[in-house]
Amino acid sequence: MQGPLIESLARQGVSRRTFSKYCATLASMMALSPVAGQAMASALAAAPAATRRPSVIWLPFQECTGCTESITRSHSPTIEGMIFDMVSLDYQETLMAAAGFQAEEALHTAMKENQGKYLLIVDGSVPLALEGAYSCIAGRTNLELLKEASRGAAAIVAMGSCAAFGGLPHANPNPTGAVAVSDIIKDRPIVNVPGCPPIPVVMTGVLAHFITFGSLPELDALGRPKAFYGETIHDRCYRRPFYDQGKFAKTFDDEGARNGWCLFELGCKGPVTYNSCATTKWNAGTSWPVESGHGCLGCSEPDFWDAGGFYRALSVPAGPLQMVGAAAAVGVATGAAVSFLNRAKKRAAKAGHETTTLADLEK
Amino acid sequence: MNEMQLLTWVRGPGLNLAVGIFVLGVLWRLFEIYSLGRKKDLSAPRALPGASGWRTIFRRTLPAEGMLKKAPVTYIAGAIFHIGLAIVVFLFAPHIKLIQSLFGISWPALPSQFIDLVTIVTLVAMLVLLADRIMNPVKRFLSTFEDWFTWTLTFLPVLTGWLAVRHLLLPYTTMLALHILCVELLLVFLPFTKLFHAFTVFGSRWFIGAINGHKGVAV
Repeated sequence: MQGPLIESLARQGVSRRTFSKYCATLASMMALSPVAGQAMASALAAAPAATRRPSVIWLPFQECTGCTESITRSHSPTIEGMIFDMVSLDYQETLMAAAGFQAEEALHTAMKENQGKYLLIVDGSVPLALEGAYSCIAGRTNLELLKEASRGAAAIVAMGSCAAFGGLPHANPNPTGAVAVSDIIKDRPIVNVPGCPPIPVVMTGVLAHFITFGSLPELDALGRPKAFYGETIHDRCYRRPFYDQGKFAKTFDDEGARNGWCLFELGCKGPVTYNSCATTKWNAGTSWPVESGHGCLGCSEPDFWDAGGFYRALSVPAGPLQMVGAAAAVGVATGAAVSFLNRAKKRAAKAGHETTTLADLEK
Repeated sequence: MNEMQLLTWVRGPGLNLAVGIFVLGVLWRLFEIYSLGRKKDLSAPRALPGASGWRTIFRRTLPAEGMLKKAPVTYIAGAIFHIGLAIVVFLFAPHIKLIQSLFGISWPALPSQFIDLVTIVTLVAMLVLLADRIMNPVKRFLSTFEDWFTWTLTFLPVLTGWLAVRHLLLPYTTMLALHILCVELLLVFLPFTKLFHAFTVFGSRWFIGAINGHKGVAV
């Protein structure tokens, strides 16, 4: 792929107009200024594919390949897929043709040639237990690989909830001692793109931002791009009016469910989940979990697996109230003990009572 | 600890602990109070003591003659905030959901917007009562630490709940966690402060009415 990006896009049947529209959409989706759309378009279009294509290295750790599956659903032939092609993806185990020694060779060559400039994408958590033996690639632990690869990275994208927050492997009791990328790497800019998996356009959006501006987008307190994780699912949910009216589906097949009422009582975690599923939707804008009739699991939030159960409403206890029985027994026992003390005090007062006689008063 | 972990803690172990202390405290205090007993009145009752007790429970809900004019803020704002609190606590959908999960009973909820309005009215009434407590020299003189403390314990759950629903000040997750935490603090302290009147108010009114009825005082 030689020449500027825009030419290679034209060869693939993407018009300049479509490309501009994509950039404007992406810019507006990320809440950038209108000028940013143009800047993004010119930066991407001018990127001479052969010389300046940013190198991207994608390291898979303790993961399920769901994030890779998701990014490949970046509904081709629209432009998201194209942009992804336009970076130089030098190492991605699932997508690359090379395997074994060749794959390792590609990784090390890319790291050497793009020292300090490549974008490191990590999906999966990093196991620390048993000295990291739970997950190894080419005989080396994930921890070792991450430390080595991060040294030459311009920035790191922690793709998916496992890399961002530890995700599923980090769930109680966390047998592998899984941690997030940000728990290990402290000296490189990290952007967290959580989700199980993240929305394809969110992944490509972050990459496009990096390519255009050479920097990471504005992040929230959890290191997530504000453009995509700025609002809760609940706030953007099309079923929100039913919540406000107090109309809830009680089961997955009752009248409320058929009428498309709010899924809060069925355990929807939309109110505490920051993600853009409700606006960008999934599968080329076809639908998204709540639209398909299932509550939000809260997959882009830390420890979503341990947040009290997927089917328990947010307003109900996350765990059993085990102390109530014992507390009641102790309460009654304490009350009884205190009442005995009180009665003893009363008796003592009665016994110690001195009657006053007329003679006493006349003294 | 991030906000999601805080929320999970207050919904899980925190709630467990708070409800445990609440149940312990309530049973302890009720047992202690009712086991104190009363000296048997050997005189013949002049009116029906039981009926007088029930009458007093109702009568003391209304201001005594002339008192409404003397302390309008206390009566009006007090009534508004108590009724508002009952509506917000028992007729907001997520609260009913909680009650249902704990006791298995439920009833229809009021629309969120109406609850929102009632919450604002309740908050204003409570603020008016606080201002009155500060401005009125007699009330201020009579106020102890417990009065200020219990006002705060009652006010904070309403305020944080409203802020959470309205998405103000802090992200919803954090505010929801703080709301539940404030309710848990209320649960922990309720049995051991004057807030325990929630459990004793009608019982003590009945006793007073019964004693007065026994003596033949019409109340």
